[in-house]
Amino acid sequence: MGITEVGPIAFYTWVICSISFVLFLYGVNISSTSDSFIDWGYLYQLFAFVDPYLLSGLGVSMAIGLSVLGAAWGIFITGSSLIGAAVKAPRITSKNLVSVIFCEAVAIYGVVVAILLATKTETVNSLENGDYSASSKAAGYAIFASGATVGFANLVCGVCVGVVGSSCALSDAQNSALFVKILVIEIFGSALGLFGVIIGVILSAHARFKDE
Amino acid sequence: MYGFEALTFNAKDGYLEALVRGYRSGLLTAGDYNNLCQCDSLDDIKLHLGTTDYGNFLQNEPSPLQVSTIVEKCTQKLVEEFRHMRCQASEPLATFLDYLTYGYMIDNVVLIVTGTLHERDVQDLLQKCHPLGMFDSIETLAVAQNMRELYRLVLVDSPLAPYFSDCIRSEDLDEMNIEIMRNTLYKAYFEDFCQFCQKLGGTTAEWMTDMLTFQADRRTINLTINSMGTELTRDDRKKLYPAVGLLYPQGQQGLAASEDYDQVRAVLENYSQYQTIYSKMGFGETPLLDKAFYEEEVRRSIGSLDLQFHYGVFYAYLCMREQEIRNLMWVSECVQQDQKARIYDGIVYIF
Repeated sequence: MGITEVGPIAFYTWVICSISFVLFLYGVNISSTSDSFIDWGYLYQLFAFVDPYLLSGLGVSMAIGLSVLGAAWGIFITGSSLIGAAVKAPRITSKNLVSVIFCEAVAIYGVVVAILLATKTETVNSLENGDYSASSKAAGYAIFASGATVGFANLVCGVCVGVVGSSCALSDAQNSALFVKILVIEIFGSALGLFGVIIGVILSAHARFKDE
Repeated sequence: MYGFEALTFNAKDGYLEALVRGYRSGLLTAGDYNNLCQCDSLDDIKLHLGTTDYGNFLQNEPSPLQVSTIVEKCTQKLVEEFRHMRCQASEPLATFLDYLTYGYMIDNVVLIVTGTLHERDVQDLLQKCHPLGMFDSIETLAVAQNMRELYRLVLVDSPLAPYFSDCIRSEDLDEMNIEIMRNTLYKAYFEDFCQFCQKLGGTTAEWMTDMLTFQADRRTINLTINSMGTELTRDDRKKLYPAVGLLYPQGQQGLAASEDYDQVRAVLENYSQYQTIYSKMGFGETPLLDKAFYEEEVRRSIGSLDLQFHYGVFYAYLCMREQEIRNLMWVSECVQQDQKARIYDGIVYIF
């Protein structure tokens, strides 16, 4: 595939990715020595001392923020089509509110998980060297991963439900027999977000800041 | 980005896309046409149209109803809907909708210039113009004596100005020159519109390129057939063919050299997409060919409704509405002239 076919941005992305990959392999191969191209031992130090509260805060904000972004995006995709289609077929408005509610549910998942994650965050004192205990660090990472999982899952789920909901409104306006059939597809789309929520809850289930 | 219009399309154009699909559902169906074909008078037609999406649009018309009144009122409905969408549209849809009107503008310019040549009254001509193709200085078209004046006095301010660059000559306007001007303008218009759609990208580019390819080829074929036996030379003919379309460039070479229907047919047989069209050419009658083109246009327009998040539906809607008006005109004419036997020949069913 030549540069003309994929466009310049995609081409340069490929170039940068391949160069980074080569550098990565180069760094891994001789990581034990201090004069390697990438000093992994030093890089680890950067992450080792990241405050677990930063990570948990990021996790909570991603869970709610990305979920609401997905839900809002879905609602505007559905909503604008719904309004346009309802001009000539006003009967569809109340039925197609279901599509909007499906999008809204995505935001509710985000709120629930964000509350769950926020309650997991407890105050602990740092160790003498300024580091945190292994359990606190693990909790920080778990909450971050959980928040990211839920956030991104709900973002794409919201968009998915929105696009299907928009098509649902358009087809319902033409032929009301199609509404239920497309609603089934929408339910499947909506289930995608739940998968993220389940994994997110499991991920954060054992997160404890305090050593017991 | 192809395939990702779904994310951003609705922010600006979701409402209008849904609206145009709503308008589409108001088009007459095969059942409606069957009812209309049973009518015995124009008043019956008025009654039947009253039960469709047209509603009471003929309510205030005095009773001996004319065919021209029906057509005028139908066109007016189309124009109202189109203007409504144009007012709501934001860029780049607004430009896209403007592009759709340029074709009508070209036709109007040609109509007025031809009419003036035959010393018809400008006001009468203006009445005949398509309302979608009106622009500010259209009344003054009649004063122009040659193309240079036409451009300098009137069209320089109209949206058609860029298309004129290829046909500014000092020659006096006569039938032949006007026809050449029309085709040069259409050529420039197709090429420009095609480029614009390519720039929009995504599904719009894909579908519109397909449709404009067809329209350009249709113009190429019609031009070939109409210019047979005229003084237009082979090279001149080739210059008028739009540089877009499936037939460009190999097919156009062949068409430029064609002097009868069989040769045109032989060229078209290389393009399996146009099978429905050249299969009708065996009879050698132009009206049949026209109908084949209309049917193909409607078939392609309906295809645009299967896709979502693209501008093609607006173009398709315009095509289908135009076809509906032609159908209604045919039905009304047949009913008025008592030619019931031929009534089904001229209808292109849309749904």
